[in-house]
Amino acid sequence: MNRINKLFQEKKGQILSVYFTAGYPNLEDTVPVIEELVKNGVDLIEIGMPFSDPVADGPVIQHSSLIALQNGMSIRKLFEQLKDIRQTVDIPLILMGYINPVLQYGVKAFCQKCKEVGIDGLIIPDLPMDVFEEEFKAVFEANDLHNIFLITPQTSEERLRKIDEVSTGFIYMVSSNSTTGAKTSVSEFQKEYFERVNSLSLKNPRLIGFGISNAETFANACQYANGAIIGSAFVKAMEGSEPLGQKISGFINSIATDI
Amino acid sequence: MSYQVNEKGYYGEFGGAYIPEMMVPNIEELRRTYLEIINSYDFRQEFIGLLKNYVGRPSPLYLAKRLSEKYQSNIYLKREDLNHTGSHKINNTIGQILVAKKLGKHRIIAETGAGQHGLATATVCALMGLKCIVYMGAVDVERQAPNVKKMRMLGAEVIPAISGNQTLKDATNEAMRDWINNPVDTHYIIGSVVGPHPYPDMVARFQSVISEEIRWQLEEQTGKENPTRVIACVGGGSNAAGAFYHFLDQESVELIGVEAAGKGVDTHETAATLTLGSPGVLHSSRSILMQTDDGQVTEPYSISAGLDYPGIGPMHANLFTTHRAKYLWATDAEVLDSALELTQLEGIIPALESAHALAALKKIQLKPEEVTVINLSGRGDKDMETYLKHFGY
Ligand SMILES: Cc1ncc(COP(=O)(O)O)c(C=O)c1O
Repeated sequence: MNRINKLFQEKKGQILSVYFTAGYPNLEDTVPVIEELVKNGVDLIEIGMPFSDPVADGPVIQHSSLIALQNGMSIRKLFEQLKDIRQTVDIPLILMGYINPVLQYGVKAFCQKCKEVGIDGLIIPDLPMDVFEEEFKAVFEANDLHNIFLITPQTSEERLRKIDEVSTGFIYMVSSNSTTGAKTSVSEFQKEYFERVNSLSLKNPRLIGFGISNAETFANACQYANGAIIGSAFVKAMEGSEPLGQKISGFINSIATDI
Repeated sequence: MSYQVNEKGYYGEFGGAYIPEMMVPNIEELRRTYLEIINSYDFRQEFIGLLKNYVGRPSPLYLAKRLSEKYQSNIYLKREDLNHTGSHKINNTIGQILVAKKLGKHRIIAETGAGQHGLATATVCALMGLKCIVYMGAVDVERQAPNVKKMRMLGAEVIPAISGNQTLKDATNEAMRDWINNPVDTHYIIGSVVGPHPYPDMVARFQSVISEEIRWQLEEQTGKENPTRVIACVGGGSNAAGAFYHFLDQESVELIGVEAAGKGVDTHETAATLTLGSPGVLHSSRSILMQTDDGQVTEPYSISAGLDYPGIGPMHANLFTTHRAKYLWATDAEVLDSALELTQLEGIIPALESAHALAALKKIQLKPEEVTVINLSGRGDKDMETYLKHFGY
């Protein structure tokens, strides 16, 4: 069974998912970061594949992407780094990035490589649903990869239902219509949105992301979904000169003392 | 074969809308409504009225006698430089501001390279009393300073984009991010035939007035609607799309786009997208772009801020791969020569962008009986500092 499905079957709430940019702060940090996150009890990891023009990202992830690219990060390099990851890590791993580098690598070769190293799903924000269905779905399925779709407060009910139908892993609920890292607290408007989505009895579990940055926002989000995703706040916490393990355990402990 | 966009938003294999979910409601709204809006009687009346009485259209089609003599042929200049605000960009911003009003938006954002599109956007926002925010690469803010001052005087907020090479690509990224963060009341006036469907088609339609006029003006002046060829510079490709539009299905008319080669197509300092690029997705459409093997978009370079872009509109990618149009390139040095040539032969100082189209005259064989139309997309006021630096007047 795909590890994403297994996770949601076994754990219904308080799922903590963390995003980081591969090759940041240093090129060879990718695997150590994953291992530290696992050690600290994270449930799911999104590994960012840096892109030169990340239009859906705010300043923090733009910066980490730029540094990662300057460090020499590439999809080829990432697959090399991940080749033995399944010997030490068994939580679900997702690759997140923009469509263009995937197209250049070749969609089929990319998916096969994902399967080979043990990737469970993909988040490609600028891959439209219709293109996914026509050109990507079959090869994703053949390699047991879930495509994770985003929804926002502006997503219509009709489209939500369609996304639920096409989704196989979970649905990524973007907390507010924004780029990553925008400051949010759970407002009345968002509550209304989360409750509205919850009332639709969708078949897929959901994680809330964008603007989740500390224990309070994480706990709030967990009231309305199976868990939440932390991106920019974690990437930001990786700055600074302390040892990687210390930065990571410090941050994760500050978010969820009880996992 | 049709060279127009199909109902799914593609020109051949190029185009589409590779947008994050956060942009879907706005793009869907536009896709559903744009044709109905721009084909409506009221819209046509207002659009045509403003082009005539506010922009000053039709722009003249001028037989450049001394230039023609020099090249031993017949060379006509389509004078988009004489439009209000100094370039073709205003054709599109007039159209889009009317669309934005119809959609009930009251906050307008735009990206700009040379500042001509930003200026044209700031202008129509002043005209309609709408709030205007223009993103401009920090490098371009420096090299196109007069336009920045004009935009600010018009009441627009100019925000320097400080990511990447700090030029047009980066300004476009910032504008898209703004739209993602302001999903409800904002319309994004994209300045060229780039971006997700329906932008390339919508912008091409607004710019198509250029070739519509060329046809009747040529008929009036020569008795024939079709020239031998049409030449235009290409950044994103909007002035070229407008100049080619009504000739696309006239296969006898040769269409030539001219890209910016910067310091040369064999250097890393260039913006010759079709010459050097490969298929990929940038700014939400599938087209041709300059990129590394790993799919990272490379930073372009051109002396001309308006052509300093690593992508090109999907319509041009299709015209290129189907060989309907031919794409040449001109280096900074060739462009400066051609700008000076036009200035001193015809008394017209062209924009650096437009001078790329003029540079094609030295790269093709012209015959005495042929008729060549060059789209003079803009005037050189904004480039005076660059010209003075190079020519030393
Ligand atoms: C005068 C002029 N011509 C051409 C361009 C390039 O744009 P496009 O290729 O969309 O016509 C610009 C862009 O700023 C411009 O100012």
